Amino acid sequence: MSVLVGNNTRLIIQGITGKEGTFHGQQIRDYGTNLVAGVTPGKGGEKALEVPVFNTVQEAKDATDANTSVIFVPPAFSAAAILEAARAGMGLVICITEGIPTSDMVKVNHELKDLPTRLVGPNCPGVISPGKAKVGIMPGFIHEPGNIGVISRSGTLTYEAVHQLVSAGLGQSTSIGIGGDPIIGTTFIDMFALFADDDETEGVVLIGEIGGTAEEEAAQWVLDNNFTKPVVAFIAGQTAPPGRRMGHAGAIISGGKGTAKEKINALKSAGIHVADSPAEIGITMIKALQS
Amino acid sequence: MKIHEYQAKDLFRNYGVAVPEGYPAFSVKEALEAYDKLNTETVVVKAQIHAGGRGKGGGVKLAHSRSEVEELASKILGMNLVTHQTGSEGKEVQRLLIEEGVNIQRELYAGIVLDRAARQYVFMVSTEGGVEIEKVAAETPEKIIKEWINPENGFTEKQGEKLAVKLGLANGQISSAVDIFTSLWNVFSELNCSLLEINPLVVTSQEQVIALDAKMNLDSNGLFHHRELLELRDKSEEDPAELSASQYNLNYINLDGNVGCMVNGAGLAMATMDIIKLTGGEPANFLDVGGVANAETVANGFKIILSDPNVKSILINIFGGIVRCDRVAQGVIDAMDTVNVTIPVVVRLEGTNAKEAAELLNNSSLEFLVATSLQDAAEKAVSAATGGHQ
Repeated sequence: MSVLVGNNTRLIIQGITGKEGTFHGQQIRDYGTNLVAGVTPGKGGEKALEVPVFNTVQEAKDATDANTSVIFVPPAFSAAAILEAARAGMGLVICITEGIPTSDMVKVNHELKDLPTRLVGPNCPGVISPGKAKVGIMPGFIHEPGNIGVISRSGTLTYEAVHQLVSAGLGQSTSIGIGGDPIIGTTFIDMFALFADDDETEGVVLIGEIGGTAEEEAAQWVLDNNFTKPVVAFIAGQTAPPGRRMGHAGAIISGGKGTAKEKINALKSAGIHVADSPAEIGITMIKALQS
Repeated sequence: MKIHEYQAKDLFRNYGVAVPEGYPAFSVKEALEAYDKLNTETVVVKAQIHAGGRGKGGGVKLAHSRSEVEELASKILGMNLVTHQTGSEGKEVQRLLIEEGVNIQRELYAGIVLDRAARQYVFMVSTEGGVEIEKVAAETPEKIIKEWINPENGFTEKQGEKLAVKLGLANGQISSAVDIFTSLWNVFSELNCSLLEINPLVVTSQEQVIALDAKMNLDSNGLFHHRELLELRDKSEEDPAELSASQYNLNYINLDGNVGCMVNGAGLAMATMDIIKLTGGEPANFLDVGGVANAETVANGFKIILSDPNVKSILINIFGGIVRCDRVAQGVIDAMDTVNVTIPVVVRLEGTNAKEAAELLNNSSLEFLVATSLQDAAEKAVSAATGGHQ
C-alpha cells in the first residue's frame, strides 16, 4: 500500500483551465494518475486535458465518483474552493496555492473539524506515491517506488531528499509536502499515524524547518505511540536569523521560539536520527535501517 | 508588513480603540506644530521605528514645555536608535509621534497572535505591562491570561469580561476594558493583522483603559483586501538590497557572511545556508529565486548578491523539477554576460536535464566551478570565498 494517493485515486482538478492547472494537470495526467474531471465555474460542459469540466465540485463528483481534489486557484478564492470540495464530500483535498491569508485558513480548518475531509497544504507541492499516482507539482521522474515515507514542510528540499534516497537505492512509498504556511491541514503527526499503519512503509524521513512547534509535537507523538520504524530528520534553518520570515510564511523564529536547535533536541530525545547536514539525509537513512 | 505606532493608532481611532491624542512629525517644525495643537503642558516625544524597546534606547521622552519639545525633537530625529530588536547597528529615526501625556494608574499588556498549534487566534492579556512579554512568558507564564477565539463567533463580550476580571480591574474599569478588547479584535480581524500588541495598555487616573502603545503587523497575504494599507509601508525601514529584491519578486535576506547563495525554493535555500556554515563558511544571504530561474531572475539575483561588498563567492544551487536544468544553466550563462561577476561562481544543478546543464556550463567560455553534489558545492564555494584557505 501507499498512503493518501494511489491506484484508488479518482482525481479532479479545481482550476483546471487556469495556467497552473493546465500545466501541472498535464504532468499529473502524464504520470498516469487517474484524472477524471476538472472544475472551473462558468466552463462547465467544456473539455480540458481530455476530461470533462464542471461548474461545481458537486457536479463533478456526481458524474465521476471522484474522491480526491487538487486545487490550483488564486489565493483569494482558495478558501472557498477548499470548503466547496469538502462539502461535496471529497475525502482528500490537496491545496497547492501559495499566499492564502492566514485568517482564511483559520476559518477553513475550523469548519473542516466537523467534516471527514483531509486537507493537505496549502502552499505545498502535493503528494506522490511513486509508480501509482502523482497529485501535485513535484517532478515525478526523480521518485522511485519503494518503502520510505517522506514528510516535508518544503518543496525543492523534499526533491533533494528524494534524490538522495534514490541515489542510496531507497524508493518511496509516499512522499508528501505538507506545506510551508503557519496553518496547514495535515501535520507531521497525521502522517506518522498513516505511515505507522502502512505495511509498505519501513522508514520515514521528516524534513522540518524553523518556526512553530510541529516538529516537537511529532517527536512527542513518536515517543508516546512507540513508533518503531526508523525515522531520519533534517531541520532547515539552523543559520536563519531570528525574527525574519525565511521565504515560507511559517518559517520564522519569533519570540525566541521555533529555533532549529529546539527542534533537533526534541527529535533526538525521541530517538530520531537527525542528519546534521542536508547532504546526509540519504546516507543517514541507510544507517538507520541497518541499526 | 510592519507599520508604525502612529499609523496603527490612526487605524485604531477608526475602530473606536481609545488612544491618546497625538500627531506624527517628520521635522522639528512639525513637532512644534503638533505640540501647539495638543494644547497641553506635558507631551511625549516618541521615535517611530519598526522595532520595540524604543523607550530603553532613549527614543521616548517626556517634554514639559514647547522649548523642551524643540530640544528633544531635534535630538531624537536623525539619531541612531539602538534597541534589543534593531541589532547593534541601530536604526535612524526619521519620524516622531508627539502625543499628549497620560496619568497612568496601572500598566497592562494586551495582544492578539496566532496560536499555530491550536490553529486559532488567541487574545492574551497580562498584568505585567511595560516589560518585554517574551520575558514574562519565559519567567512567569502564569501571568499571561489567554482566551482562544472561535472563528465562527469571533471574540465575544463574555471573553472580554473574563479577561478584564482576571486582570483584577475595578468594576468601574471593566466596561472600558471590554470596549477596547472588542475593538482591538475588530481591527485585527477586519484588517487581516498577523500580530497586534498593546504594551502598555494603561488604566488612566480617570479610570479609562487606553492603548498607550501599538504594534501592528499586517498579513501580507491579506493585503489584497486592503490596497489602501499598502501606502503605510515605510520603505526606509527596509534593507535597501532586500527592498530591490522585493521589486524583482525575489525573496532575499541579507546576512553577515561572505558566501552568497542563489537557490530555488525556501527550504533548499535555508539548507544551503546551513551546509555552507557546516562546511566552515558563513552564508552572506538567503535568496530564493522561486520556480522560474531564467536569465532575468538569475541576473537580478547576481545584482542583489553583488550589492553586498562582503561577498567573496557565489553558490548557485538549483534542484530542477519542472524547471529544466539546461534552461537554468543557459540563464546563468546569459546573466553572466549582462552582469559583471568578478568573484568565483560555483554551480550545482540537479534534477531534470542536469547532465545537459553540466555540459553547457563546462563548454561555455566562462569560468564556473561546476559541483557534483550539495556537499561538493558547499566545499568549493567556501574554499573560493576564503581564497583556498579554510
